[in-house]
Amino acid sequence: MIVDLQRFVTAERPHWTRLEERLLFLERNPDRTLSIGEIEEFYMLYERAGAALVKIQPLQAEGDLRRYLESLVGRAYAEIHETRQTARFRFRHWVWHTIPETFRRRILYFKLSLIATLVGAAFGAGALALSYESKDVLMPFSHLHQKPGQRVATEMEERGKGISAARGRFSAHLMTHNIRVTLFVLALGVTFGLLSIVVLFYNGTILGAVCYDYITDGQGVFLAGWLLPHGSVEIPAILIGGQGALLLGHALIGWNTRESRADRVRSILPDLTTLAGAIGLLLVWAGIIESFFSQYHEPVIPYAVKIGFGSAQLVLLFVYLLRVKPRERM
Amino acid sequence: MTRLVAESRLSIRTPEGVEFSLPLAGTGSRMSAAVLDIMVVSAVWSVIGRLVTLIEAVNKDIGGAIEILGYFVLSVGYPIATEWYWRGQTVGKRVLGLRVADARGGRLQPSQVILRNILRAVDILPALYLVGGISSLLTAHRQRLGDLVAGTIVTQTRQPEPPELDQILGGRFNSLSGNLRWAARLRQETPPALANAAIEALMRREALSPEARLDVFGSLAEEFRQRAPFPGEGADHLSDEQYLRNVVEVLFRSR
Repeated sequence: MIVDLQRFVTAERPHWTRLEERLLFLERNPDRTLSIGEIEEFYMLYERAGAALVKIQPLQAEGDLRRYLESLVGRAYAEIHETRQTARFRFRHWVWHTIPETFRRRILYFKLSLIATLVGAAFGAGALALSYESKDVLMPFSHLHQKPGQRVATEMEERGKGISAARGRFSAHLMTHNIRVTLFVLALGVTFGLLSIVVLFYNGTILGAVCYDYITDGQGVFLAGWLLPHGSVEIPAILIGGQGALLLGHALIGWNTRESRADRVRSILPDLTTLAGAIGLLLVWAGIIESFFSQYHEPVIPYAVKIGFGSAQLVLLFVYLLRVKPRERM
Repeated sequence: MTRLVAESRLSIRTPEGVEFSLPLAGTGSRMSAAVLDIMVVSAVWSVIGRLVTLIEAVNKDIGGAIEILGYFVLSVGYPIATEWYWRGQTVGKRVLGLRVADARGGRLQPSQVILRNILRAVDILPALYLVGGISSLLTAHRQRLGDLVAGTIVTQTRQPEPPELDQILGGRFNSLSGNLRWAARLRQETPPALANAAIEALMRREALSPEARLDVFGSLAEEFRQRAPFPGEGADHLSDEQYLRNVVEVLFRSR
């Protein structure tokens, strides 16, 4: 029991003030490494504040003092007992090592995401083959409702004039819209991945229906020239969104593990953040390509150039994502 | 080790055996902070928007692109950047005394800040944060889905101001404070609600009629006398009001 509270507070306050100073310093300089002496002093101050809190806890009326000490001990606890490493962010290292390593480490979820999209694509193509009247339902975009041959003729005649006055605006719209939608797919992983699978399947359905429509109308080359330059980056980015969603869904469900749900989700947070960052990076590039390159068709840009560019980009993307061997997991 | 205390505090026990608790923010204050943040984004954008209009006058396409990208970066980047730079606080949270914290008491990580904000896209569905609001009402630690995934909680940071005791106590000699043993017992036996009731009664003295004053001070003094019966003359010859003033000084003065 503390008999003379005033004397106790007077004696301890300098130590609390010193702890506050050290905390402010650490909070403002998170990258600063402490010397052994500084660590010893900091830990001593933390233990002293903790001991004071234990002594003050039975004094029910001392609510303000208790809250002050709780805040002090809580902040010091965060600095002392935090074991997760926060290395300084280096953009080049993140692009060349962290993204491909994370992609490879979690490639199972990318494959599942790809399968959901491919099944959707097969469904979309099959549905259109069985009932061409369902085209308006399968393709909710007005510019896809006309016959592919008609669209190709129009595009060749316009020579990209319709878009040339608003390329920058169109590009910005594509970037922001696609990033929002793909991050939403990732966020839907919180539904145990189920709604993400539905969205991936639906995207696949539209893609499959469009491909079937153009190929059966004899416009396969136009389709490849139109979709490959940006689709070779945009579609993998959406699949990576699905990869993150399924990774999150698996962590929430937690098959074959004894870890708590909170522990499982906590362990995947850095990987989820990396995948979200990769999505942003890829979709910014895809937005530029789609607006400034994909929308120009023959005779402005020959199909061979567009298809060659798109194919090379697809190969390079997967060389980049698969080239780095992931480190052994701890 | 963490556990919930009385729904509004998250208690954390350190490996050294010290237990501290973090006061959790309510749904109302979080919604108010969100509204304030929307107002901040709108205000900043209204300034930037004027500059964009100037660019649009020169080149409509480039101005339009900057407008779309700028608003996207501002609206998505603002909560992430501020919560990271201010260690869990946006402008709205700073004003309302709230802070995002790690649910296990650790240091808030960049991945936690980013993911709780990405998950906001689901929490705002179908409108007005309905999903997030329901989630924070149903979960033990008042977490929206973004907080559940990121392992974060939103805590209150505002500390109550100590009362201005000099104005209430009048600087008279306190015959109770000399008895250290009974003063310690009084502090130990007095719950916060009773201590606050005593100080509130003294602060509102002038608003009470003489009869009500006698009644309120009498009941409170009797309550304190039963909890810590100070022995000797120092306590016997005091009026109820003076007894209460002395009790309040013992309870609050030491801070």
